Amino acid sequence: MRPLASDLTVRGIRESLRSRSRSAVDVCRDALARIGALDPSLRAFNTVAADRALARARDIDDHPDLWRDAPLAGVPIALKDNICTRGVRTTASSRILDTFVPPYDATVVDRLEAAGAVLVGKTNCDEFAMGSSNENSAYGPVHNPWALDRIPGGSSGGSAAAVAAGLVPLALGSDTGGSIRQPAALCGVVGLKPTYGRVSRYGLLAFGSSLDQIGPLTRTVADAALALGLMAGADAADATSAPEPVSDYTAALTGDIRGVRIGIPRALLEGVDPEVGRAVAAAFDVLASRGAVLVDVDLPHAKHAIAVYYLVATAEASSNLARYDGVRYGFRAPAAGSDGTLKTMYARTRAQGFGAEVKRRIMLGTYVLSAGYYDAYYLKAQQVRTLILRDYDRAFERVDVVAMPTSPTPPFKLGEKTDDPLQMYLSDIFTISANLGGVCGVSIPCGFTSAAKPLPIGLQIIGKPFGEETILKIAHAYEQTTEWHKRKPAFTA
Amino acid sequence: MAPAFTREQVVTIASLANLELKPEELDLFAKQLGDILAYAAEVQRIDTTGVPPTAAVVTRHVSDRADTIGPCLDRDLALANAPDGSEDAGMFRVPRVIG
Repeated sequence: MRPLASDLTVRGIRESLRSRSRSAVDVCRDALARIGALDPSLRAFNTVAADRALARARDIDDHPDLWRDAPLAGVPIALKDNICTRGVRTTASSRILDTFVPPYDATVVDRLEAAGAVLVGKTNCDEFAMGSSNENSAYGPVHNPWALDRIPGGSSGGSAAAVAAGLVPLALGSDTGGSIRQPAALCGVVGLKPTYGRVSRYGLLAFGSSLDQIGPLTRTVADAALALGLMAGADAADATSAPEPVSDYTAALTGDIRGVRIGIPRALLEGVDPEVGRAVAAAFDVLASRGAVLVDVDLPHAKHAIAVYYLVATAEASSNLARYDGVRYGFRAPAAGSDGTLKTMYARTRAQGFGAEVKRRIMLGTYVLSAGYYDAYYLKAQQVRTLILRDYDRAFERVDVVAMPTSPTPPFKLGEKTDDPLQMYLSDIFTISANLGGVCGVSIPCGFTSAAKPLPIGLQIIGKPFGEETILKIAHAYEQTTEWHKRKPAFTA
Repeated sequence: MAPAFTREQVVTIASLANLELKPEELDLFAKQLGDILAYAAEVQRIDTTGVPPTAAVVTRHVSDRADTIGPCLDRDLALANAPDGSEDAGMFRVPRVIG
């Protein structure tokens, strides 16, 4: 089976297309062949749009003058299945949207296609992006390419597994509490959550509207920087998109991090898996050897981030998911119309259309917003969110970025935590505070466990609002010094 | 002390959330929601005197756009995903609302 490029990167594919050693159709066929061969074991894709992709690749080959300088011309990409694509089924891995075909494209889809990207399919995820293991999908879990009996992380598990297995060099995910960074870490790829507002959310099926951001998963930091530059920027269709000018993220990758101040929240790191702790400590040493200055910082309220998150995000979700009621789109419970009232139809449709985790979160969110409990839970959580924000503000007065593990453990076994939702939530401890604070974060590969089947470990670098240049520059400098990102899962050869 | 969830409370919330739950789901959710809330109740022990709530972290908005009519979704397209759409009438059909 042919790899998409010798290094499986966007840059590698673009070089082979520019030198005309391969055509866009060749690359597209190779991607589809890899998906056909490997995806039955991975289950990373909900939908493969083979005909659409080949037609698009052919169009790019037929119009070389139009596409020669387009940064993603002929590059196969995949999108998490909660990002709307006109004419291509978009399910959010939920039974309630099993047949939903959006009549419009998300802004990120418009922007990446304008740059020449070839959409090959939609990736599996936790239902409505609610989960940390990809086990909450109506289409079954995604399997980790490094060990098929383990979780790929979630909720963007399909996007992470697809990039790790070399099915596509670039996939998009969405990150509400770590859903890009955590699966990137557990699959050994790069995952970037931009600052809230940096990338338009238009066309992203909403989960937690004050937390959600779309971002790229790639094999290299340079590819993530390229993708961010193409997607970022204000959008009239999303009132929360930010007017801040878009930097040249690729130009920021100078390799020079001398004097950059990296904060390490040591108190927060107690209790992480020993192998994760060792890998991350070694990564700090690498950054210091490149001239970065390591500084201890305190984020005293970060330990409350999970509690705050599961009050704030569920409240927002209960409101956002009220729209799925069997009227305008998606599934309607059979026979609900003839034997009952509108209210019965709603309740039966939602009971049959949503999976257990989504129901749990809608229930929790409805409760914390309900009369008599609002002040004690929702309002209180919003106040603690302010304290978490202030922790970051205070830390960023002294340091340029904060670094810590992405996940407290390596990928666990499928089924290991499905019976205990609270234990599952605790695996998001290092990622959630960046969403509550609206800041940016990137996860990069920083090592492997010593098991017979080595499992990837991720380093997370969190930056100031609109500080993507800095976190990408540091991540890139680390990547240049290490070889972790070059490893490929044996299963994908 | 965080509240343990009673089955009756779960029934009330499920009704507010428009979810028809099975008897076994009521028991399971009573336990699981109780566990999660007992954990989340830690926020109540934090001193937030004088701390304003944060609902969103947007600091600056894109300037308002002109209040003019632009292209919008075609009616047939808007109805195309409906489980029971009436394209002739241009409406979504639903069960009777008044008993």
